[in-house]
Amino acid sequence: MKKLLMGAAALAMSATFASAEVKVGMITTLSGGGAGLGIDVRDGFMLAIAQSGRDDIEVIIEDDQRKPDIAVQLSDKLIQSERVDVMTGIIWSNLAMAVVPAAVNQNVFYLSPNAGPSALAGPGCHKNYFNVAWQNDNLHEAAGAYANSAGYGNSFILAPNYPAGKDALTGYKRFFEGDLAGEIYTKLGQTDYAAEIAQIRASGADSVFFFLPGGMGISFLKQYADSGVDLPLVGPAFSFDQGILQAVGDAAMGVVNTSQWSKDIDNPTNAAFVESFQAEYGRLPSLYASQGFDTANLLISALEKADPSDADAFRAALKAAEFDSTRGDFAFGDNHHPIQDIYAREVIKEGDVFTNKIIGVALENHADAYAAECKM
Amino acid sequence: MSFILIVEQVLNGLQFGVMLFLMAAGLTLIFGVMGLINLAHGSLYMVGAFAAAAVAGWTGSFLLALLAALMAAALAGAIIEMVVIRRLYATDHLDQVLATFALILVFSEGTRWVFGSFPLFLDIPDYLSGPVTLPGGIQYPLYRLTLIVVGLLVGLGLWALIERTRLGIQIRAGENDREMIAALGVDISKLYTLVFALGAALAGLAGALVGAIQSVQVGMGEPVLILAFVVIVIGGIGSIKGAFIGALLVGLTDTLGGIFLPELFKLVMSPAAATSFGSSLASIGIYLLMAAVLIWRPTGLFGARA
Repeated sequence: MKKLLMGAAALAMSATFASAEVKVGMITTLSGGGAGLGIDVRDGFMLAIAQSGRDDIEVIIEDDQRKPDIAVQLSDKLIQSERVDVMTGIIWSNLAMAVVPAAVNQNVFYLSPNAGPSALAGPGCHKNYFNVAWQNDNLHEAAGAYANSAGYGNSFILAPNYPAGKDALTGYKRFFEGDLAGEIYTKLGQTDYAAEIAQIRASGADSVFFFLPGGMGISFLKQYADSGVDLPLVGPAFSFDQGILQAVGDAAMGVVNTSQWSKDIDNPTNAAFVESFQAEYGRLPSLYASQGFDTANLLISALEKADPSDADAFRAALKAAEFDSTRGDFAFGDNHHPIQDIYAREVIKEGDVFTNKIIGVALENHADAYAAECKM
Repeated sequence: MSFILIVEQVLNGLQFGVMLFLMAAGLTLIFGVMGLINLAHGSLYMVGAFAAAAVAGWTGSFLLALLAALMAAALAGAIIEMVVIRRLYATDHLDQVLATFALILVFSEGTRWVFGSFPLFLDIPDYLSGPVTLPGGIQYPLYRLTLIVVGLLVGLGLWALIERTRLGIQIRAGENDREMIAALGVDISKLYTLVFALGAALAGLAGALVGAIQSVQVGMGEPVLILAFVVIVIGGIGSIKGAFIGALLVGLTDTLGGIFLPELFKLVMSPAAATSFGSSLASIGIYLLMAAVLIWRPTGLFGARA
């Protein structure tokens, strides 16, 4: 088991762990197929901690291997034997559902840098749970809104057959006003989409919406580009993040995707983040890295006002979200999920590197659909 | 549901089937000849894909990339046979499963250490990209047609190797009675290394060919490995012919089930329920097939032993 003990001070070569006052437990995916996302969240988070110059924050990083049972064991260990004050890091919704409810009920604060399952935004919301990324449906809702503005009237939609996949199609349908030419749930982890592409070809659709995160999206985009079907694609940023675009190559060029972050959002915090991330790690940041960075900065802003031992004051400081976000304006709704702009981006090529460029705002000051059901 | 769509889906099922065959052939050969359960076969598939992606990146040539995939996987296969696998022939299957599972972890983390955690780029060469129009106005990607042809040719070549060559005679003899062929002066450990490398090379070839239309990433071999095991159980463990028939059955069942079951249920259910129920049932379709075959023939379609 990979275990990394890293205080901010360790980076500055003068480790004095004895003085650590706040303990942060990070459980994220650092090995296996989904490791790219966890590594980006960790690197973004640690970059912000290092830049803050604070030597009183100790971050304990653990690898969940994308397995819910391991995440639960790690969570028990962090809470009961390490006695962490704050937890963060989980990438996948099914792992978040296994860990978060138990953790927040033991008076630990949880700041989600990625997963935002609908169950934790509505009736299952909790005063100690803050989502710094998005509620799962948000980017898909923005994709539906973009499809309307692009004049699409007949979409073929597909997503994997698991909770986040169902949230995705629900989110798209919530905003898309046209008809559906077809709706397919694929197998989770599926790598061959020939059968689905044949159905798209036969369906008479005028556009395709897909949510296929990570490797699934790479496979789909390459096969779609080779199939001769040339309907416009639209999807959330999860198939177009900086980590996987290079593996998709030309097949992704020009595809419109929706994201709450992009490296060309014009504000000083974001410009400094992109530059310092690239200098530190030698690669462009992804949206996951920006989420990790924002999560750490939110934490630091709250620590400047209150100590986690004073739970009410610390919670109020988190809720106020007075930090400079890479996204520009950032605020929490009453269910502790973000209210933020979601952009439409287009895949472009800068030199040899594939990346995204903002082409417009898909949804402005967008909150999630479950906030009203949250009684906190 | 048009005729064109059905033909296209049958071709998709065939293409999936022949690629599964490349994986299953090596797996069944290794089990048949050496009696070894090799869980690390999926890692050799991954090694092939990563070697192809790296060489295609350096040279830009897809053919060199395929060659590199074959050689890298065969070499990796030969090395693990000589260093690890050789010590496992005399032990029971549980030890083999444990040791080859450890090899999966070693290969996965080793690959991440060399290539990093992000997926690699491997694309179809220009001369094989894009769709072609088949008789009847069916548009089908040229690359997938090529995969079908390559898979069938490899199958034919394997059949000729096993049935028509001296090495093939030794392999068949090794399946039947390993002490006897050792007594007849055949260098059995060399034969085992050779068979293992051959199986590995087939897995590597499949990884490279499929990697061009999928995602080249750590852990890509394990889902395919599970399907390959289903294939050899259906076909009969140790039988190349069984692996071929089993792979086509699994490929067609999986592809056609995913398309036609939801359509079928739409006749009796609401569309949303039919989609959800049909796709859930389709994803267990190949396991239902396996169960049905095992009830009918407990040793698989062409299996000689239980």
